[in-house]
Amino acid sequence: MSRERYEMVVGLEVHVQLKTRTKAFCGCSTDFGAPPNVNTCPVCLALPGALPVLNERAVELATRAALGLGCKVNPVSIFARKNYFYPDLPKGYQISQFDQPLATGGSVAIGKNEAGADVQIGITRLHMEEDAGKSIHDRYPGATAIDLNRAGVPLIEIVSEPDLRTSADAGAYLRTVKQILQYLDVSDVSMEEGSLRVDANISVRPPGQTKLGTKTEVKNMNSFSAVERALEAEFERQCALLDSGGRVEQQTLLWDGARETVRPSRTKEGSHDYRYFPEPDLLPLKQDEKWIGDARSHLPELPDARKKRLVQEFGISPVEVEQLTATPALAEYFEAVARVSGDGKAAYNWVMGEVLAALRASSGDITHFRIRPADLAQLLNLVRDATISHTAAKRVFALMVETGKLPAQVAADEGLLQVGDEDAIATWVDEVLREHPEEGTRYLAGEKKLQGVLVGFVMKKSKGRADPKRVNQLLSARGG
Amino acid sequence: MAVTREDVLHIADLARLGVDGARADALTKELSAILAHMEVLSAVDTASVPPTDGIGAEGTPLRPDERVSPLMERTLESFAPAMRDGFFIVPRLATHEDPAESGA
Repeated sequence: MSRERYEMVVGLEVHVQLKTRTKAFCGCSTDFGAPPNVNTCPVCLALPGALPVLNERAVELATRAALGLGCKVNPVSIFARKNYFYPDLPKGYQISQFDQPLATGGSVAIGKNEAGADVQIGITRLHMEEDAGKSIHDRYPGATAIDLNRAGVPLIEIVSEPDLRTSADAGAYLRTVKQILQYLDVSDVSMEEGSLRVDANISVRPPGQTKLGTKTEVKNMNSFSAVERALEAEFERQCALLDSGGRVEQQTLLWDGARETVRPSRTKEGSHDYRYFPEPDLLPLKQDEKWIGDARSHLPELPDARKKRLVQEFGISPVEVEQLTATPALAEYFEAVARVSGDGKAAYNWVMGEVLAALRASSGDITHFRIRPADLAQLLNLVRDATISHTAAKRVFALMVETGKLPAQVAADEGLLQVGDEDAIATWVDEVLREHPEEGTRYLAGEKKLQGVLVGFVMKKSKGRADPKRVNQLLSARGG
Repeated sequence: MAVTREDVLHIADLARLGVDGARADALTKELSAILAHMEVLSAVDTASVPPTDGIGAEGTPLRPDERVSPLMERTLESFAPAMRDGFFIVPRLATHEDPAESGA
Protein backbone atom coordinates (compact mmCIF):
# COMPACT_ATOMS: atom_id res chain seq x y z
CA MET A 1 0.00 0.00 0.00
CA SER A 2 1.49 3.29 -1.11
CA ARG A 3 -0.17 5.22 1.71
CA GLU A 4 2.08 3.57 4.26
CA ARG A 5 5.07 5.34 2.72
CA TYR A 6 3.60 8.76 3.44
CA GLU A 7 2.44 10.82 6.34
CA MET A 8 -0.69 12.97 6.14
CA VAL A 9 -0.27 16.62 7.16
CA VAL A 10 -3.47 18.57 7.71
CA GLY A 11 -4.40 22.05 8.85
CA LEU A 12 -8.02 23.14 9.15
CA GLU A 13 -9.80 26.46 8.66
CA VAL A 14 -13.03 26.68 10.60
CA HIS A 15 -15.51 29.49 9.89
CA VAL A 16 -17.99 30.12 12.66
CA GLN A 17 -20.97 32.50 12.62
CA LEU A 18 -21.15 34.49 15.82
CA LYS A 19 -24.39 34.57 17.76
CA THR A 20 -25.24 38.25 17.42
CA ARG A 21 -28.62 39.85 16.82
CA THR A 22 -27.26 42.11 14.11
CA LYS A 23 -24.63 41.99 11.39
CA ALA A 24 -20.94 42.80 11.87
CA PHE A 25 -21.02 46.31 10.42
CA CYS A 26 -24.70 47.34 10.28
CA GLY A 27 -27.91 47.01 12.28
CA CYS A 28 -29.56 44.41 10.02
CA SER A 29 -30.98 41.28 11.62
CA THR A 30 -29.02 38.03 11.41
CA ASP A 31 -32.16 35.84 11.67
CA PHE A 32 -31.90 32.62 9.70
CA GLY A 33 -34.63 31.85 7.17
CA ALA A 34 -36.04 35.35 6.45
CA PRO A 35 -37.37 36.01 2.91
CA PRO A 36 -34.55 36.89 0.49
CA ASN A 37 -32.88 40.30 0.84
CA VAL A 38 -35.21 41.47 3.60
CA ASN A 39 -32.33 41.89 6.05
CA THR A 40 -30.30 44.30 3.97
CA CYS A 41 -29.43 48.00 4.14
CA PRO A 42 -27.16 50.46 2.37
CA VAL A 43 -24.12 49.13 4.27
CA CYS A 44 -24.47 45.43 3.43
CA LEU A 45 -25.72 46.22 -0.07
CA ALA A 46 -22.63 48.38 -0.59
CA LEU A 47 -24.58 51.44 -1.68
CA PRO A 48 -22.32 54.44 -2.32
CA GLY A 49 -21.43 56.43 0.77
CA ALA A 50 -22.45 53.79 3.32
CA LEU A 51 -19.88 53.19 6.04
CA PRO A 52 -19.36 50.17 8.32
CA VAL A 53 -19.51 50.47 12.13
CA LEU A 54 -18.27 47.46 14.07
CA ASN A 55 -20.68 45.49 16.29
CA GLU A 56 -19.47 45.50 19.90
CA ARG A 57 -21.07 42.14 20.68
CA ALA A 58 -19.25 40.52 17.76
CA VAL A 59 -15.96 41.74 19.22
CA GLU A 60 -16.92 40.35 22.65
CA LEU A 61 -17.84 36.94 21.25
CA ALA A 62 -14.76 36.73 19.03
CA THR A 63 -12.57 37.67 21.99
CA ARG A 64 -14.28 35.09 24.19
CA ALA A 65 -13.74 32.41 21.53
CA ALA A 66 -10.07 33.38 21.20
CA LEU A 67 -9.48 33.18 24.94
CA GLY A 68 -11.37 29.88 25.23
CA LEU A 69 -9.14 28.42 22.52
CA GLY A 70 -6.04 29.53 24.42
CA CYS A 71 -5.09 32.34 22.04
CA LYS A 72 -3.36 35.59 22.84
CA VAL A 73 -5.71 38.47 22.06
CA ASN A 74 -3.83 41.27 20.35
CA PRO A 75 -4.43 44.74 21.80
CA VAL A 76 -4.53 46.16 18.26
CA SER A 77 -5.94 44.33 15.27
CA ILE A 78 -6.54 45.68 11.79
CA PHE A 79 -9.38 45.07 9.38
CA ALA A 80 -8.37 44.52 5.77
CA ARG A 81 -10.10 44.28 2.44
CA LYS A 82 -9.90 40.90 0.77
CA ASN A 83 -10.69 41.68 -2.82
CA TYR A 84 -12.53 39.33 -5.07
CA PHE A 85 -15.24 39.84 -7.59
CA TYR A 86 -18.36 37.83 -7.04
CA PRO A 87 -22.01 38.90 -6.81
CA ASP A 88 -22.54 37.44 -3.31
CA LEU A 89 -20.16 40.11 -2.10
CA PRO A 90 -21.59 43.39 -3.34
CA LYS A 91 -18.69 45.57 -2.18
CA GLY A 92 -16.25 43.62 -4.36
CA TYR A 93 -14.27 42.81 -1.22
CA GLN A 94 -14.80 41.06 2.07
CA ILE A 95 -13.90 42.89 5.27
CA SER A 96 -11.54 40.51 7.02
CA GLN A 97 -8.30 40.68 8.98
CA PHE A 98 -4.96 39.84 7.45
CA ASP A 99 -1.54 40.57 8.90
CA GLN A 100 -2.78 41.79 12.29
CA PRO A 101 -5.55 39.40 13.33
CA LEU A 102 -7.60 39.58 16.51
CA ALA A 103 -5.75 36.70 18.16
CA THR A 104 -2.84 34.34 17.63
CA GLY A 105 -1.09 31.33 19.14
CA GLY A 106 -3.72 29.11 20.77
CA SER A 107 -4.04 25.37 21.17
CA VAL A 108 -6.56 22.67 22.03
CA ALA A 109 -6.02 19.17 23.45
CA ILE A 110 -7.79 16.54 21.34
CA GLY A 111 -7.06 13.51 23.49
CA LYS A 112 -4.14 11.49 24.86
CA ASN A 113 -1.29 9.84 23.00
CA GLU A 114 0.05 6.35 23.79
CA ALA A 115 2.26 7.78 26.55
CA GLY A 116 -0.78 9.36 28.19
CA ALA A 117 0.20 12.95 27.37
CA ASP A 118 -2.25 15.45 25.85
CA VAL A 119 -2.19 15.70 22.05
CA GLN A 120 -2.11 19.47 21.47
CA ILE A 121 -3.13 21.01 18.16
CA GLY A 122 -1.86 24.52 17.63
CA ILE A 123 -4.10 27.37 16.54
CA THR A 124 -2.21 29.79 14.34
CA ARG A 125 -4.72 32.60 14.40
CA LEU A 126 -8.30 33.61 14.97
CA HIS A 127 -9.61 36.58 13.05
CA MET A 128 -12.89 38.39 12.52
CA GLU A 129 -14.56 38.79 9.16
CA GLU A 130 -17.94 39.15 7.50
CA ASP A 131 -19.90 36.43 5.75
CA ALA A 132 -20.85 36.63 2.08
CA GLY A 133 -24.39 36.32 0.73
CA LYS A 134 -25.86 33.18 -0.80
CA SER A 135 -25.83 32.48 -4.52
CA ILE A 136 -28.37 30.02 -5.79
CA HIS A 137 -27.50 28.61 -9.18
CA ASP A 138 -30.20 26.03 -9.74
CA ARG A 139 -33.31 28.14 -9.20
CA TYR A 140 -33.59 29.96 -12.52
CA PRO A 141 -32.12 28.67 -15.80
CA GLY A 142 -29.12 30.62 -17.04
CA ALA A 143 -29.11 33.00 -14.08
CA THR A 144 -27.90 33.11 -10.52
CA ALA A 145 -30.18 34.27 -7.72
CA ILE A 146 -28.56 36.30 -4.97
CA ASP A 147 -29.77 36.58 -1.38
CA LEU A 148 -27.77 39.06 0.67
CA ASN A 149 -29.41 38.38 4.06
CA ARG A 150 -26.24 36.56 5.13
CA ALA A 151 -23.88 39.19 3.70
CA GLY A 152 -22.20 40.93 6.62
CA VAL A 153 -23.05 38.37 9.31
CA PRO A 154 -20.07 38.28 11.70
CA LEU A 155 -17.73 35.29 11.47
CA ILE A 156 -14.57 34.17 13.10
CA GLU A 157 -12.08 32.10 11.18
CA ILE A 158 -10.00 29.72 13.27
CA VAL A 159 -6.86 28.54 11.47
CA SER A 160 -5.04 25.53 12.90
CA GLU A 161 -1.36 24.73 12.57
CA PRO A 162 -0.61 21.81 10.19
CA ASP A 163 -0.43 19.59 13.29
CA LEU A 164 -3.02 16.97 12.35
CA ARG A 165 -1.66 13.63 11.14
CA THR A 166 -4.75 11.49 10.60
CA SER A 167 -8.31 12.04 9.45
CA ALA A 168 -9.48 10.77 12.85
CA ASP A 169 -7.39 13.49 14.55
CA ALA A 170 -9.00 16.06 12.25
CA GLY A 171 -12.44 14.81 13.34
CA ALA A 172 -11.40 14.91 17.00
CA TYR A 173 -10.07 18.46 16.59
CA LEU A 174 -13.32 19.63 15.01
CA ARG A 175 -15.45 18.02 17.70
CA THR A 176 -13.25 19.56 20.41
CA VAL A 177 -13.38 23.05 18.89
CA LYS A 178 -17.13 22.78 18.38
CA GLN A 179 -17.65 21.68 21.98
CA ILE A 180 -15.52 24.55 23.32
CA LEU A 181 -17.46 27.07 21.21
CA GLN A 182 -20.75 25.59 22.48
CA TYR A 183 -19.60 25.94 26.09
CA LEU A 184 -18.51 29.51 25.34
CA ASP A 185 -21.97 30.15 23.86
CA VAL A 186 -20.57 32.22 21.00
CA SER A 187 -22.26 30.38 18.11
CA ASP A 188 -24.93 27.85 17.18
CA VAL A 189 -22.10 25.82 15.57
CA SER A 190 -24.49 23.97 13.26
CA MET A 191 -22.99 22.59 10.05
CA GLU A 192 -26.52 21.91 8.78
CA GLU A 193 -27.50 25.58 9.09
CA GLY A 194 -24.10 26.72 7.87
CA SER A 195 -23.07 28.42 11.11
CA LEU A 196 -19.92 26.24 11.12
CA ARG A 197 -17.97 25.53 7.93
CA VAL A 198 -14.69 23.71 7.45
CA ASP A 199 -12.00 23.88 4.75
CA ALA A 200 -9.01 21.55 4.91
CA ASN A 201 -5.42 22.02 3.75
CA ILE A 202 -3.69 18.71 3.17
CA SER A 203 -0.27 17.58 1.99
CA VAL A 204 1.76 14.40 2.28
CA ARG A 205 5.44 13.69 2.94
CA PRO A 206 7.62 10.71 3.78
CA PRO A 207 7.67 10.09 7.56
CA GLY A 208 10.60 11.87 9.16
CA GLN A 209 10.75 14.65 6.56
CA THR A 210 10.26 18.06 8.15
CA LYS A 211 9.66 20.06 4.97
CA LEU A 212 5.99 20.29 4.05
CA GLY A 213 4.78 18.90 0.73
CA THR A 214 2.66 20.89 -1.72
CA LYS A 215 -0.81 21.28 -0.27
CA THR A 216 -4.26 21.26 -1.74
CA GLU A 217 -7.32 22.89 -0.23
CA VAL A 218 -10.46 20.78 0.08
CA LYS A 219 -13.85 22.47 0.42
CA ASN A 220 -17.54 21.61 0.31
CA MET A 221 -17.73 19.19 3.23
CA ASN A 222 -21.05 19.31 5.05
CA SER A 223 -20.31 17.21 8.14
CA PHE A 224 -17.36 16.22 10.29
CA SER A 225 -17.49 12.69 8.91
CA ALA A 226 -17.42 14.17 5.38
CA VAL A 227 -14.23 16.02 6.38
CA GLU A 228 -12.69 12.74 7.51
CA ARG A 229 -13.73 10.90 4.35
CA ALA A 230 -12.57 13.76 2.11
CA LEU A 231 -9.14 13.78 3.80
CA GLU A 232 -8.79 10.02 3.28
CA ALA A 233 -9.74 10.33 -0.39
CA GLU A 234 -7.35 13.22 -0.99
CA PHE A 235 -4.56 11.47 0.94
CA GLU A 236 -4.96 8.39 -1.31
CA ARG A 237 -4.94 10.61 -4.39
CA GLN A 238 -1.75 12.47 -3.41
CA CYS A 239 0.06 9.26 -2.39
CA ALA A 240 -0.82 7.55 -5.67
CA LEU A 241 0.23 10.66 -7.62
CA LEU A 242 3.67 10.78 -5.97
CA ASP A 243 4.17 7.03 -6.32
CA SER A 244 3.55 7.21 -10.03
CA GLY A 245 6.22 9.89 -10.35
CA GLY A 246 3.77 12.80 -10.50
CA ARG A 247 3.68 16.06 -8.55
CA VAL A 248 0.94 17.45 -6.35
CA GLU A 249 -0.37 20.68 -7.82
CA GLN A 250 -1.50 23.45 -5.47
CA GLN A 251 -5.22 23.78 -6.12
CA THR A 252 -8.67 23.98 -4.62
CA LEU A 253 -10.69 20.77 -4.67
CA LEU A 254 -14.34 20.13 -3.95
CA TRP A 255 -15.54 17.08 -2.01
CA ASP A 256 -18.21 15.18 -3.86
CA GLY A 257 -19.95 13.22 -1.12
CA ALA A 258 -22.15 11.22 -3.50
CA ARG A 259 -19.14 9.91 -5.41
CA GLU A 260 -16.81 9.84 -2.35
CA THR A 261 -14.17 11.70 -4.30
CA VAL A 262 -12.57 15.12 -4.73
CA ARG A 263 -12.58 17.07 -7.97
CA PRO A 264 -10.93 20.33 -9.00
CA SER A 265 -12.96 23.44 -8.37
CA ARG A 266 -13.70 25.56 -11.41
CA THR A 267 -12.50 28.67 -9.64
CA LYS A 268 -10.40 30.48 -12.19
CA GLU A 269 -6.69 30.59 -11.63
CA GLY A 270 -5.68 33.81 -9.95
CA SER A 271 -8.89 34.23 -7.99
CA HIS A 272 -6.82 33.73 -4.85
CA ASP A 273 -4.96 36.91 -5.69
CA TYR A 274 -6.85 38.82 -3.01
CA ARG A 275 -4.77 42.01 -2.97
CA TYR A 276 -5.32 42.59 0.73
CA PHE A 277 -4.95 46.13 2.01
CA PRO A 278 -5.99 47.85 5.24
CA GLU A 279 -9.72 48.72 5.29
CA PRO A 280 -9.72 52.55 5.14
CA ASP A 281 -13.32 52.73 6.43
CA LEU A 282 -12.44 51.18 9.80
CA LEU A 283 -9.91 52.32 12.35
CA PRO A 284 -7.78 49.68 14.10
CA LEU A 285 -9.68 47.66 16.67
CA LYS A 286 -8.16 48.46 20.05
CA GLN A 287 -8.82 46.34 23.12
CA ASP A 288 -7.02 47.39 26.25
CA GLU A 289 -5.69 44.98 28.85
CA LYS A 290 -8.66 45.67 31.13
CA TRP A 291 -11.22 44.72 28.45
CA ILE A 292 -9.29 41.53 27.63
CA GLY A 293 -8.84 40.75 31.34
CA ASP A 294 -12.57 41.20 31.97
CA ALA A 295 -13.39 38.91 29.07
CA ARG A 296 -10.98 36.32 30.48
CA SER A 297 -12.44 36.48 33.97
CA HIS A 298 -15.96 36.06 32.59
CA LEU A 299 -15.18 32.93 30.58
CA PRO A 300 -17.63 30.14 31.37
CA GLU A 301 -16.39 26.76 32.61
CA LEU A 302 -14.83 24.91 29.65
CA PRO A 303 -15.46 21.23 28.83
CA ASP A 304 -12.26 19.80 30.37
CA ALA A 305 -12.73 21.66 33.65
CA ARG A 306 -16.36 20.60 33.84
CA LYS A 307 -15.50 16.94 33.21
CA LYS A 308 -12.93 16.93 36.01
CA ARG A 309 -15.34 18.59 38.42
CA LEU A 310 -18.29 16.31 37.65
CA VAL A 311 -16.13 13.19 38.11
CA GLN A 312 -14.94 14.48 41.47
CA GLU A 313 -18.28 15.74 42.74
CA PHE A 314 -20.60 12.99 41.60
CA GLY A 315 -18.44 9.87 41.46
CA ILE A 316 -19.15 9.08 37.82
CA SER A 317 -16.57 7.44 35.57
CA PRO A 318 -14.47 9.22 32.91
CA VAL A 319 -16.41 7.38 30.18
CA GLU A 320 -19.74 8.42 31.66
CA VAL A 321 -18.65 12.05 32.01
CA GLU A 322 -17.71 12.20 28.32
CA GLN A 323 -21.31 11.31 27.42
CA LEU A 324 -22.81 13.72 29.93
CA THR A 325 -20.71 16.70 28.86
CA ALA A 326 -21.29 16.25 25.12
CA THR A 327 -23.22 19.50 25.15
CA PRO A 328 -23.33 22.13 27.89
CA ALA A 329 -27.12 21.84 28.09
CA LEU A 330 -26.97 18.10 28.81
CA ALA A 331 -24.19 18.60 31.36
CA GLU A 332 -26.21 21.30 33.12
CA TYR A 333 -29.33 19.14 33.20
CA PHE A 334 -27.41 16.22 34.66
CA GLU A 335 -25.69 18.38 37.23
CA ALA A 336 -28.98 19.85 38.43
CA VAL A 337 -30.58 16.39 38.78
CA ALA A 338 -27.50 15.00 40.55
CA ARG A 339 -27.26 17.98 42.87
CA VAL A 340 -30.93 17.98 43.94
CA SER A 341 -31.22 14.20 44.25
CA GLY A 342 -27.77 13.79 45.80
CA ASP A 343 -27.25 10.64 43.71
CA GLY A 344 -24.88 11.09 40.75
CA LYS A 345 -25.04 7.49 39.64
CA ALA A 346 -28.85 7.37 39.50
CA ALA A 347 -28.90 10.78 37.80
CA TYR A 348 -26.46 9.48 35.16
CA ASN A 349 -28.57 6.36 34.54
CA TRP A 350 -31.81 8.29 34.20
CA VAL A 351 -30.42 11.14 32.08
CA MET A 352 -28.55 8.86 29.67
CA GLY A 353 -31.39 6.33 29.62
CA GLU A 354 -34.94 7.59 29.96
CA VAL A 355 -34.34 11.29 29.33
CA LEU A 356 -32.36 10.87 26.10
CA ALA A 357 -34.79 8.17 24.90
CA ALA A 358 -37.73 10.51 25.49
CA LEU A 359 -35.92 13.34 23.66
CA ARG A 360 -35.11 11.06 20.74
CA ALA A 361 -38.72 9.89 20.56
CA SER A 362 -40.00 13.47 20.39
CA SER A 363 -37.02 14.88 18.44
CA GLY A 364 -36.85 17.42 21.26
CA ASP A 365 -33.85 19.14 22.77
CA ILE A 366 -32.97 19.14 26.41
CA THR A 367 -33.27 22.87 26.98
CA HIS A 368 -37.01 22.57 26.30
CA PHE A 369 -37.54 19.19 27.94
CA ARG A 370 -40.84 19.02 29.82
CA ILE A 371 -39.47 17.40 32.96
CA ARG A 372 -37.39 19.92 34.83
CA PRO A 373 -34.29 18.61 36.63
CA ALA A 374 -35.76 19.20 40.12
CA ASP A 375 -38.82 17.09 39.25
CA LEU A 376 -36.71 14.24 37.91
CA ALA A 377 -34.65 14.44 41.11
CA GLN A 378 -37.88 14.12 43.08
CA LEU A 379 -38.74 10.98 41.11
CA LEU A 380 -35.30 9.54 41.89
CA ASN A 381 -35.88 10.26 45.56
CA LEU A 382 -39.24 8.42 45.47
CA VAL A 383 -37.39 5.35 44.16
CA ARG A 384 -34.60 5.69 46.72
CA ASP A 385 -37.09 5.97 49.58
CA ALA A 386 -38.91 2.89 48.23
CA THR A 387 -42.07 4.98 47.85
CA ILE A 388 -42.35 3.60 44.32
CA SER A 389 -40.58 0.72 42.59
CA HIS A 390 -38.10 1.20 39.79
CA THR A 391 -40.60 -0.30 37.36
CA ALA A 392 -43.31 2.06 38.54
CA ALA A 393 -40.87 4.98 38.27
CA LYS A 394 -40.49 4.36 34.55
CA ARG A 395 -44.26 4.51 34.17
CA VAL A 396 -44.39 7.71 36.27
CA PHE A 397 -41.63 9.20 34.10
CA ALA A 398 -43.58 8.47 30.91
CA LEU A 399 -46.68 10.10 32.39
CA MET A 400 -44.67 13.12 33.55
CA VAL A 401 -43.45 13.59 29.95
CA GLU A 402 -47.02 13.24 28.75
CA THR A 403 -48.84 15.41 31.30
CA GLY A 404 -46.20 17.67 32.85
CA LYS A 405 -47.42 16.68 36.34
CA LEU A 406 -45.15 16.21 39.36
CA PRO A 407 -43.92 12.67 40.17
CA ALA A 408 -45.60 12.24 43.59
CA GLN A 409 -48.91 13.33 42.12
CA VAL A 410 -48.63 10.97 39.14
CA ALA A 411 -47.67 8.05 41.41
CA ALA A 412 -50.67 8.72 43.69
CA ASP A 413 -53.11 9.26 40.79
CA GLU A 414 -52.04 6.03 39.13
CA GLY A 415 -51.99 4.00 42.36
CA LEU A 416 -48.29 3.28 41.87
CA LEU A 417 -47.19 4.04 45.42
CA GLN A 418 -45.29 1.02 46.61
CA VAL A 419 -46.96 -1.18 49.19
CA GLY A 420 -44.60 -2.33 51.93
CA ASP A 421 -47.42 -3.43 54.20
CA GLU A 422 -46.89 -7.08 55.26
CA ASP A 423 -50.59 -7.98 55.29
CA ALA A 424 -51.25 -6.68 51.80
CA ILE A 425 -48.19 -8.46 50.43
CA ALA A 426 -49.06 -11.67 52.29
CA THR A 427 -52.53 -11.60 50.71
CA TRP A 428 -51.01 -11.23 47.21
CA VAL A 429 -48.56 -14.09 47.91
CA ASP A 430 -51.39 -16.35 49.08
CA GLU A 431 -53.43 -15.53 46.01
CA VAL A 432 -50.49 -16.22 43.68
CA LEU A 433 -49.79 -19.59 45.31
CA ARG A 434 -53.44 -20.47 44.93
CA GLU A 435 -53.67 -19.33 41.32
CA HIS A 436 -50.46 -21.09 40.30
CA PRO A 437 -50.72 -24.39 42.19
CA GLU A 438 -48.06 -26.22 40.17
CA GLU A 439 -45.29 -23.62 40.69
CA GLY A 440 -46.51 -23.05 44.26
CA THR A 441 -46.33 -26.70 45.24
CA ARG A 442 -42.93 -27.24 43.65
CA TYR A 443 -41.58 -24.08 45.31
CA LEU A 444 -42.89 -25.02 48.72
CA ALA A 445 -41.35 -28.47 48.21
CA GLY A 446 -37.94 -26.83 47.96
CA GLU A 447 -37.50 -25.82 44.28
CA LYS A 448 -35.85 -22.48 45.12
CA LYS A 449 -35.26 -21.40 41.56
CA LEU A 450 -38.99 -20.76 41.15
CA GLN A 451 -38.83 -17.86 43.63
CA GLY A 452 -38.12 -15.32 40.87
CA VAL A 453 -41.09 -16.54 38.86
CA LEU A 454 -43.39 -16.20 41.86
CA VAL A 455 -42.06 -12.73 42.69
CA GLY A 456 -42.89 -11.79 39.11
CA PHE A 457 -46.48 -13.06 39.55
CA VAL A 458 -46.85 -11.03 42.76
CA MET A 459 -45.48 -7.88 41.10
CA LYS A 460 -47.91 -8.36 38.23
CA LYS A 461 -50.82 -8.93 40.57
CA SER A 462 -49.92 -5.83 42.58
CA LYS A 463 -49.50 -3.83 39.36
CA GLY A 464 -45.91 -3.09 40.35
CA ARG A 465 -46.82 -1.67 43.74
CA ALA A 466 -45.49 -4.47 45.95
CA ASP A 467 -42.03 -3.81 47.37
CA PRO A 468 -40.06 -6.65 45.70
CA LYS A 469 -37.67 -6.88 48.65
CA ARG A 470 -40.52 -7.66 51.04
CA VAL A 471 -42.07 -10.13 48.57
CA ASN A 472 -38.77 -12.01 48.40
CA GLN A 473 -38.47 -12.06 52.18
CA LEU A 474 -42.00 -13.37 52.61
CA LEU A 475 -41.60 -16.07 49.96
CA SER A 476 -38.27 -17.16 51.47
CA ALA A 477 -39.97 -17.50 54.84
CA ARG A 478 -42.74 -19.67 53.36
CA GLY A 479 -40.43 -21.78 51.25
CA GLY A 480 -37.91 -22.26 54.01
CA MET B 1 8.86 50.45 -9.85
CA ALA B 2 6.94 50.28 -13.09
CA VAL B 3 3.64 48.65 -13.89
CA THR B 4 3.75 46.22 -16.79
CA ARG B 5 1.06 45.70 -19.35
CA GLU B 6 0.61 42.17 -17.95
CA ASP B 7 -0.05 43.65 -14.48
CA VAL B 8 -2.76 45.85 -15.88
CA LEU B 9 -4.42 43.01 -17.78
CA HIS B 10 -4.18 40.72 -14.74
CA ILE B 11 -5.81 43.26 -12.40
CA ALA B 12 -8.46 44.04 -15.00
CA ASP B 13 -9.17 40.34 -15.30
CA LEU B 14 -9.51 39.93 -11.51
CA ALA B 15 -11.96 42.83 -11.47
CA ARG B 16 -13.80 41.38 -14.49
CA LEU B 17 -13.11 44.56 -16.47
CA GLY B 18 -12.77 44.46 -20.21
CA VAL B 19 -9.69 46.49 -21.18
CA ASP B 20 -8.68 46.67 -24.84
CA GLY B 21 -5.14 47.01 -26.15
CA ALA B 22 -4.96 50.79 -26.48
CA ARG B 23 -6.59 51.34 -23.07
CA ALA B 24 -4.19 48.84 -21.47
CA ASP B 25 -1.20 50.80 -22.81
CA ALA B 26 -2.63 54.07 -21.53
CA LEU B 27 -3.37 52.59 -18.10
CA THR B 28 0.12 51.11 -17.91
CA LYS B 29 1.55 54.60 -18.35
CA GLU B 30 -0.83 56.25 -15.89
CA LEU B 31 -0.34 53.68 -13.17
CA SER B 32 3.43 53.73 -13.63
CA ALA B 33 3.36 57.51 -13.21
CA ILE B 34 1.37 57.14 -9.97
CA LEU B 35 3.83 54.59 -8.63
CA ALA B 36 6.76 56.80 -9.65
CA HIS B 37 5.28 59.54 -7.48
CA MET B 38 4.93 57.02 -4.61
CA GLU B 39 8.64 56.40 -4.92
CA VAL B 40 9.24 60.12 -4.47
CA LEU B 41 7.16 59.98 -1.28
CA SER B 42 8.99 56.87 -0.13
CA ALA B 43 12.24 58.80 -0.23
CA VAL B 44 11.09 60.92 2.74
CA ASP B 45 12.76 59.77 5.93
CA THR B 46 9.92 58.60 8.23
CA ALA B 47 12.08 56.56 10.60
CA SER B 48 11.04 58.69 13.58
CA VAL B 49 7.35 58.95 12.64
CA PRO B 50 4.98 56.34 14.10
CA PRO B 51 2.80 54.60 11.52
CA THR B 52 -0.72 55.95 11.14
CA ASP B 53 -3.33 53.24 10.91
CA GLY B 54 -6.10 55.77 11.09
CA ILE B 55 -7.15 58.97 12.76
CA GLY B 56 -8.07 58.71 16.44
CA ALA B 57 -6.22 57.09 19.31
CA GLU B 58 -9.28 55.31 20.68
CA GLY B 59 -9.54 52.85 17.87
CA THR B 60 -12.57 52.06 15.83
CA PRO B 61 -15.89 53.08 17.41
CA LEU B 62 -18.23 50.22 18.31
CA ARG B 63 -22.00 50.16 18.11
CA PRO B 64 -24.39 48.19 20.33
CA ASP B 65 -25.83 44.96 18.93
CA GLU B 66 -29.24 46.50 18.30
CA ARG B 67 -31.42 46.22 15.25
CA VAL B 68 -31.91 49.33 13.18
CA SER B 69 -34.53 49.67 10.47
CA PRO B 70 -32.70 50.10 7.18
CA LEU B 71 -32.53 53.67 5.97
CA MET B 72 -33.88 52.78 2.57
CA GLU B 73 -35.74 55.56 0.84
CA ARG B 74 -36.30 53.44 -2.23
CA THR B 75 -37.18 49.80 -2.67
CA LEU B 76 -34.59 47.30 -3.88
CA GLU B 77 -36.60 46.85 -7.08
CA SER B 78 -36.21 50.53 -7.89
CA PHE B 79 -32.46 50.29 -8.34
CA ALA B 80 -31.56 46.61 -8.82
CA PRO B 81 -31.00 45.79 -12.50
CA ALA B 82 -33.04 42.57 -12.14
CA MET B 83 -35.03 40.96 -9.34
CA ARG B 84 -37.24 37.90 -9.09
CA ASP B 85 -39.11 36.55 -6.05
CA GLY B 86 -37.07 38.87 -3.85
CA PHE B 87 -33.73 37.64 -5.22
CA PHE B 88 -31.24 39.78 -7.12
CA ILE B 89 -30.71 38.15 -10.50
CA VAL B 90 -27.22 38.14 -12.05
CA PRO B 91 -25.77 36.35 -15.07
CA ARG B 92 -24.49 32.92 -14.29
CA LEU B 93 -20.71 33.04 -14.00
CA ALA B 94 -18.93 30.30 -15.92
CA THR B 95 -16.03 30.26 -13.48
CA HIS B 96 -18.26 29.72 -10.48
CA GLU B 97 -20.72 27.16 -11.67
CA ASP B 98 -20.73 25.09 -8.54
CA PRO B 99 -23.38 26.17 -6.04
CA ALA B 100 -21.26 24.88 -3.19
CA GLU B 101 -18.50 27.31 -3.99
CA SER B 102 -20.37 30.36 -2.92
CA GLY B 103 -19.77 31.76 0.51
CA ALA B 104 -16.70 32.97 2.32
